[in-house]
Amino acid sequence: MSLTPEDVSRIALLSRIELSAAERESTRGQLNGILGFIEQLQAVDTAGIEPMAHAVDVVQRLRPDVVTESDRRADFQAVAPETEAGLYLVPKVIE
Amino acid sequence: MSWEIVIGLETHAQLQTKSKIFSGSSIAFGAEPNVQANAVDIALPGVLPVLNREAVVCAIKFGLAVGATIAPRSIFARKNYFYPDLPKGYQISQFEIPVVQGGGLAIRQGEQEKFVHLTRAHLEEDAGKSLHEDFHGKSGIDLNRAGTPLLEIVTEPDMRSSAEAVAYARALHALVQWIGICDGNMQEGSFRCDANVSVRRPGEPLGTRREIKNLNSFRFMQQAIDFEVQWQINEIVEGRAIRQATVLFDPDTGETRAMRSKEDAHDYRYFPDPDLLPLEIGAGWIAEVKSGLPELPQAMQARFQVEYGLSAYDAAILTASRAMADYYVAAVTVAGAANGKAVANWIMGELAARLNKNDMDVAASPISAAQLAGLIQRIADNTISNNIAKKVFEALWNGEGRSADEIIELQGLKQITDSGAIEKIIDEVLTANQKSVEEFRAGKEKAFNALVGQAMKATKGKANPQQVNDLLKKKLGG
Repeated sequence: MSLTPEDVSRIALLSRIELSAAERESTRGQLNGILGFIEQLQAVDTAGIEPMAHAVDVVQRLRPDVVTESDRRADFQAVAPETEAGLYLVPKVIE
Repeated sequence: MSWEIVIGLETHAQLQTKSKIFSGSSIAFGAEPNVQANAVDIALPGVLPVLNREAVVCAIKFGLAVGATIAPRSIFARKNYFYPDLPKGYQISQFEIPVVQGGGLAIRQGEQEKFVHLTRAHLEEDAGKSLHEDFHGKSGIDLNRAGTPLLEIVTEPDMRSSAEAVAYARALHALVQWIGICDGNMQEGSFRCDANVSVRRPGEPLGTRREIKNLNSFRFMQQAIDFEVQWQINEIVEGRAIRQATVLFDPDTGETRAMRSKEDAHDYRYFPDPDLLPLEIGAGWIAEVKSGLPELPQAMQARFQVEYGLSAYDAAILTASRAMADYYVAAVTVAGAANGKAVANWIMGELAARLNKNDMDVAASPISAAQLAGLIQRIADNTISNNIAKKVFEALWNGEGRSADEIIELQGLKQITDSGAIEKIIDEVLTANQKSVEEFRAGKEKAFNALVGQAMKATKGKANPQQVNDLLKKKLGG
């Protein structure tokens, strides 16, 4: 399988990455290379092997349901580009 | 030709924990913006999520309550999309292996019962809130809600009408509150539903669905589905194909309108979250949670039918909410099992009517369960008649006394059962109403009722009506 320039454009859009025409071509080459590796992996017979979700065989540690954090809004907002009335301001987003 | 409506629901229930699902921030409602958003919630670099044990307990409780499989091992996944109220650029959710699998919920419409199958329920985090108004062309972001624990509960496309969808949503709403995992507050967004709606000709494959987002009241759910169904049928009849889409319901116009064309699941690029290890739930943990679960509505319904002789319908009404069931149990415990049916009748009749009229929940009833039980006991032992009982009920509602006994005593409502006293009154009534007596002797049955009425009136309703009947018959016959 290899990606078309249109596929790369769609992936870039979903990833919110802007690509020039030249970048799109080089990215297409790199992605197709990665897909080549995956094809090699897919050639391995994995019948009967349980898929794993994590590389280490350890289970999730759980945290007791206790509020441990206090208000640090002032610290966080001191390094935010723009805030108002306690809110973080971002370019307008509306559906 | 008729159409078949196919509906599946996805519900987000906010779990009743103290802290967030992956951090130690508070989830209390109504705080100042961003004061409950810590480094994990706002996704500062280098932070790691740690799963809240109580959120898992909530999921186990739910799984047990709906007869589902609790996955011995489930996986957290990243659902990737870009939106400013999702600071990580992905939502931690579960995808391939959710914590709760299968199960279902019995719903009831009148006398009809139906089983709605669940596909799954999975744990995930909520996003923050975007405020689009009034920031000189910018949006404001509040991340207090980011990381709030949610259980997303997904049904099979089992429902066939808006009424069924609402019946399911109500049953689920009652259940999550019953087992104490969600406060059910729809105004505050603690319980919100998305409805997947499609139409088809009976027997044909499923039609293309559109998803109505964020239905936060049962009334809106019914209106939105009804509108959407009619819209889809019109489109098809006019030769246009339905395109998969996400739509919003506008309560002001009563219409649904498309929000964005629905991106297919691949676009979320789900993959297992490397920051979280598999969640293991052993049989021991499940047993421990099970032992702490309250008696479930279904089991309680069966018990009410056996112990108190209630019909399936009555039992279902009385277990429609935990508060209602608690009230019934408290009342019947005082009044005695023999009065089980009478207690049910009073709660579903007089009390429910009065609560509805005042837009009150049974938990806020001015008449306590013990007071109502006391009233029913006085009917059962013939101290008062049903009619007088309604007066006592009224007085209890208005707080005119602490108990039925006190009101009966204070207002002199005790039933007259002394036959000598009743006979005396009947003699007076017969003397005063010769015309009715003659009419009765001439064969007019109605005249008898008029005489009973007069006798009851003369005793201000306090005579035992059965006794009046018997004595009157004896006198007129003799």
